[in-house]
Amino acid sequence: MSNIPETGRTRRVTIRLVVLQILVLSLLATLGGRLWYLQIRNASVYTAKATGNHIREVVEPAVRGEILDASGRILAGNETRLVVSVSRTSLLQQRDGGKAVLGRLAEVLGMPAKDVQEKVRLCDAKTPQPCWNGSPYQPIPVTKEATTQQAMQIMERREDFPGITAQPTAVRRYTGAEGANMAQVLGYLSPVTDDEVSKTADKTGLDRYLPADQIGRAGLESVYDRDLRGTAGITQLEVDNLGRVIGTAGTVAPQTGDNLVTSIDARVQKVVEDNLAQAMADARNTFDKVTNRNYEADSGAAVVMDVHTGRIVAMASAPTYDPNLWVGGISGKDYQALTSKDSNFPLLNRAIQGQSAPGSTFKVVSTTAAVQAGYSLDGTYACPKAMTIGGREFKNFESESFGAISLERALEVSCDTVFYGLAYDQWMKDGGIKPKKEPGDWFFKTAHQFGLGAKTGIDLPAEVTGRVPDRQWKQSFYDNNKDAWCKQAEKGGNSFSDQIARENCVDGYQMRAGDAVNYAIGQGDTLVTPVQMARIYSALANGGTFYRPTIAKAVISPSGQLVREIAPHEDGKFPGDQKLLSYIDQATAGVITSGTAAWKFAGAGWPQNKIELHAKTGTAEVEGKQTTSWLDTYSKDYAVVMTISQGGTGSGGSGDAVRRIYQALYGVDDKGNVDNGKALLPAPQAELPKFNPDGTAIIKPAGYSVADPSGLADPGVTGGSPRVFLDPAPPSAPQTLLTATDAALEPTRGAGRGRA
Amino acid sequence: MSSYGSYRQLRLGPQRTGVSKALAKDSPLWRLDWILLLAALTLSLGSSLLVWSATRGRESLTHGDPQYFLYRHLTNLVVGLVLCAVVIAIGSRRFRTLVPFVYVAVIVLLMATLSPVGSTINGAHSWIQLGGGFSIQPAEFAKLGIVLAMAVVLSDQVDAGEREFPSHRAVFRGLVWACLPMGLVLLMPDAGSTMVMAAIVLGILLGSGAANRWVLGLLVAGTAGCIAIWKLGVLSKYQIDRFAAFANPQLDPSGVGYNTAQARIAIGSGGLTGKGLFHGTQTTGQFVPEQQTDFVFTVAGEELGFVGALAIILLVGVILWRACKIARQATDLYGTIVAAGIIAWFSFQAFENIGMCLGIMPVAGIPLPFVSYGGSSMFAVWIAIGLLQAVRSQRPIGA
Repeated sequence: MSNIPETGRTRRVTIRLVVLQILVLSLLATLGGRLWYLQIRNASVYTAKATGNHIREVVEPAVRGEILDASGRILAGNETRLVVSVSRTSLLQQRDGGKAVLGRLAEVLGMPAKDVQEKVRLCDAKTPQPCWNGSPYQPIPVTKEATTQQAMQIMERREDFPGITAQPTAVRRYTGAEGANMAQVLGYLSPVTDDEVSKTADKTGLDRYLPADQIGRAGLESVYDRDLRGTAGITQLEVDNLGRVIGTAGTVAPQTGDNLVTSIDARVQKVVEDNLAQAMADARNTFDKVTNRNYEADSGAAVVMDVHTGRIVAMASAPTYDPNLWVGGISGKDYQALTSKDSNFPLLNRAIQGQSAPGSTFKVVSTTAAVQAGYSLDGTYACPKAMTIGGREFKNFESESFGAISLERALEVSCDTVFYGLAYDQWMKDGGIKPKKEPGDWFFKTAHQFGLGAKTGIDLPAEVTGRVPDRQWKQSFYDNNKDAWCKQAEKGGNSFSDQIARENCVDGYQMRAGDAVNYAIGQGDTLVTPVQMARIYSALANGGTFYRPTIAKAVISPSGQLVREIAPHEDGKFPGDQKLLSYIDQATAGVITSGTAAWKFAGAGWPQNKIELHAKTGTAEVEGKQTTSWLDTYSKDYAVVMTISQGGTGSGGSGDAVRRIYQALYGVDDKGNVDNGKALLPAPQAELPKFNPDGTAIIKPAGYSVADPSGLADPGVTGGSPRVFLDPAPPSAPQTLLTATDAALEPTRGAGRGRA
Repeated sequence: MSSYGSYRQLRLGPQRTGVSKALAKDSPLWRLDWILLLAALTLSLGSSLLVWSATRGRESLTHGDPQYFLYRHLTNLVVGLVLCAVVIAIGSRRFRTLVPFVYVAVIVLLMATLSPVGSTINGAHSWIQLGGGFSIQPAEFAKLGIVLAMAVVLSDQVDAGEREFPSHRAVFRGLVWACLPMGLVLLMPDAGSTMVMAAIVLGILLGSGAANRWVLGLLVAGTAGCIAIWKLGVLSKYQIDRFAAFANPQLDPSGVGYNTAQARIAIGSGGLTGKGLFHGTQTTGQFVPEQQTDFVFTVAGEELGFVGALAIILLVGVILWRACKIARQATDLYGTIVAAGIIAWFSFQAFENIGMCLGIMPVAGIPLPFVSYGGSSMFAVWIAIGLLQAVRSQRPIGA
C-alpha cells in the first residue's frame, strides 16, 4: 500500500460526496413521508378500496313476512317451491353462450326453448318483457314450479347443466284466504333493478337494496316493505383479479321479515268482493233508458270501514286480477293483459285511485255548509220543480216538486232545488260573478273541512286527492287550459264543446252561478274517492271524528312478539255541532226507511228497528257516459261505501249489494231475522290475534261457516224481488245543459212514497 | 477468501490455524463491512418471503409449485453471495486490472441481446434465454460495466498522482465509454435501465471530482433533452399518457393507471402493521401485476404495513449510508468512484421503484435492489456489494 495515497479524496470530492449523501437521504425521506401519507393518514380510504376490490357479495334473500287478516288468517304468505335458476355469468363463459344448456333445460322443463331464452335475457330499452330486470350477477329464475323429478334430472346431470341450479326456495303466495282476492290492497313484488341496487349501494340495512331482493311495488307490500322484507343474508366471497373465488370473508344469515296484521277480515272481504261483482253483473243486465243500452258497469269499488277507528275491514276494487300472476316474474302476456287499454286497468285500486263526482252523497257536506253559513235547521226551504239560475233552468229530478220542506226532508228525498237555492243565495252573498275580497265560500270551505280534495293518508300507495272545484282550482284550471280553449274558439265552430270553449276562453276563471249550484249537489267538476266518502260517513256515525283510514293494525315479529302497533289516528273533527250531527243521522236513517234507498232496505226486509242503518244515495252524471252509482251508508259500527262506474242509480246499482254486506256482517237473513251466530263480524275486531311461539297465528275456531256467497248474491231469494223495481223505466233525463239529475229518486216511487 | 488478498501479511506472521487465521486481528474478515453485509443479506432474505407471498398463488407462473419462486429467489441469492465472495477475494486492485475484460464482456452480451439470440419480454428486447428456464438480462451487468469503466478512466491519472482531478479529456473518454452500453440498452428499448445508467454517470461525475461544468452540463443536457422530446412530439400521446398515468391513473385506466392504482390500494390498505404475511387481499387476489418483480414493494406495504415497508426503506438507507462511508474512506479515487457509482445506482433504483409503487414516480420496469425477484439484478447488486467490500478492504488496518 505504500505507493498509494492514504485516501483518494480531495476536498472537492469530499464535499461532492456529502452532497451525494444528502441527496440520497432526502430521497429516502421523501419515500418515508409518502409511505406515511398512504398507510397511516389515508389507510381507511385504501382499506375500503381494497375491500371493494376483492369482496363479492352473494345475497340469500330473507323469507318475507306474512300479511295477515284481523284474525290471523294468512292473506299473503310463502310457500316452498323448486326454483330452477340460471347463472348468466356461467352461461356467458360457455362457448356457445349457453344455448345448448338452455335448450336441454327447456326440454327437461317442457317449455319452449324460446321462452327460456327470453326469460334470461336482460331488460333494456329495446328488449320487451319477458326479460330479466334484476342484477345480471344474480341467478335468474326460469321457473318456480319445477317438479321434484325435473329438479332431480337437473341436479343429477350437473355436467350437462353448468350454471343451472334447482333448489327449494320460499316464494310469495297470495293465499286467497276464505276466497278473498284483495289483489289491489295486497299489491305485488318484483325484483329490484340494477339501478336501484347501485343507487343504494352506499347505504346500510333496509335502506340498501340487494341484487336478489324482491321489493313491494304496490299495495301493502309496498307501504310496509321495510317491515315485511326482512334482512337478506350476505355471504362475502373473496375473489381475485379475474373474479375467481378464493375464499369466504364472512357470512350473515338471512333474517325473516316481520308479519303484518291488518284490520281486513278475509270473510267480509270475500262477501264485499262477491257483492260488488254481483252488483256490476246485475247492472250489465239492466237497461238504461237514457242511453238506450244496458249499463256498462265497467268498474267499481267498495269499502267497509270501522267507524270508531278508521280501520278498513274490507276494500274491493273491480275489475280485479290474480295477484299470484306476479309471483316468479310476470309473463309478458299476463303483463300485457293487466296493463293494456282493453284490460280496464285492474291494477288500479279504485277505492283510493278511482274518483268521480259524488252526486247526492255530497249533500251531507252541503247541508253542513248551509248550517255553517247560518241557515236554520228548523227552517223550511222551497223545493220547486225547477229554478232558473244565470239564465238557465235547473230542474229537480223528474221535475218533481215537494213544496216547502225542511233540510232533513231535502236530504231524504234528495231535493236538488233546495240546495240550488241555498248555493245560489250564498253565491250572490259572496258577490256573484264579481266576488268580494274575502268571500264566505262556505260550501267550498266545508268540503275542505271534510277532507275532500286531499289524500286521506291511508296506508296504501298512490292515493289520489279528488278535487274540490273552488275558486283557486278554477283559476289554475283556467290558466292551464286557456290557450287550448281560445284556440278552439278561434276556429269558430258551433258544436257544444266549441261554445263552451268560447265561453271559457273569455271568463273560464269565473265562479259562475251554474258552477256554484251544480257543485252543491255533488255534480260538475267535483271528484271524490270511495275511501274519502267512507271516512266522512264514518265521522257521521262516530259522533264527528275524522279518522285516518288504515289497513295495517300491527307489526309482529317472526316469533309472534308485537313490534309496533299502528294506532288509530284522528285527523279532524266534523265542522258542525252535535245537533247537526243527529239531524243528519235522522235524515240518513230516513233514506233507509222512506227515502231514496228505502226500496232496497226497509222495503227489502231490513230490520231497521233492530239494526239502524243510515244511507245517502248518489247518482253522478259524467259527460258522455252513463251515470255513476254511489251508495254511502253507515251503522253504529261500520261505514259501507260502494260505487259503480256506469252502474246506474245509487240505490238501483248498489242497494242490494250494500244491504247484503250488512246482512253478512250482522247475520241478518232476507226476511229480516237477526242471528248473531251467523254474523261474520257483528262488531269490529279490536284485539290482535294471538300467536304461537313459532310465530303462527292462533285463529279462533269459527263457530260459523262462511255464508254462501252465491246465495247472498242471488236476488231471487228475496220475497219481493227487487228487480221488479228496476223494471219501470225511468223517463229519459232532461237534456238540459249542466243539469243534475238524481235518478235515485225514481225507483223509490213505489216503496219510497208510502213512508213506513 | 482469506487466502488471497492478504498473503503478504501471512508470510510475515507466525503459522496459524485456519480458524484463528480467520479471526485474527488482521484477517480480511475483520476488514469487511459487516453492517453493510448484514443489511444487504437481511433485505435479500426478507424479500424471499415477499416474492414467495406474491407468487405462491400464481399458478400460471409457478407451474403448480407454490415455493417455486421462493427457491429460485434463494438460489439467486446464493449465487449472488458466491459472486460477491469471489469479487472480494480478487481484491479491488486486481479487479481494476480486469475491468477492460468485464467491459468487453458486457458489450458483447448487450450486442448478443440485440441480435436474434436475445428475446423479447414485455416489449423490450433485453433478455438472453439460457435454456432450462434461466435467462439473463445483460442491462443489469451493463450498469456494473459503466461503473467500473468510468472509474478506471476517470481515476487513472489521479491515482497515478499526476493530477488532482480528472482531466476534461478523461471525463470525455469516460462519458464515451458510458454512452456505448447506454446506447445499446436504449436500442432494446429499455428506457428504465438507461435512466439508471444516466443516474450512475451523474453520481460518478459528482464523486470523481470532475469539473462542475461537467456535472451541470450533464444536468442541463438531460433537462434539455427531456424538454425536446416533449416538445418535438417524439413520443406519442399514448406514451406520454403512460408516463403521466402515475399522477392521474385515468390517463391509462386499463394499463399503467390500473397498475399504479392497485399498487397504491395495496400499500394504503396495509395500515400500520399490515394484514400479515400471506394475508394481503390485494396480493392473494393478484390485483397488482408484476408483483414479484417491479411491484414487490407493494407486498411489503400490504402484508407488513408501514412498519415492514419502512424497514425496507431503512435497510436500503443503511446500505447507502455504508456505501457513502466506503466512498469517503476509499484509499484511491478508483474506489471512491466505484462506491459513488454504486450509491447513485442503488439510490436511483430504490427511489424510482418504491416511488412508483407509492405513486410519486412514473411507472418503469426497474427492479428494487436485493428485493425484486430476478437473477441478473440479484447477481449484479451482490457483485456491487463485493466491489464495495473490496474497496473497503484496502484501507489500512484500524481505519
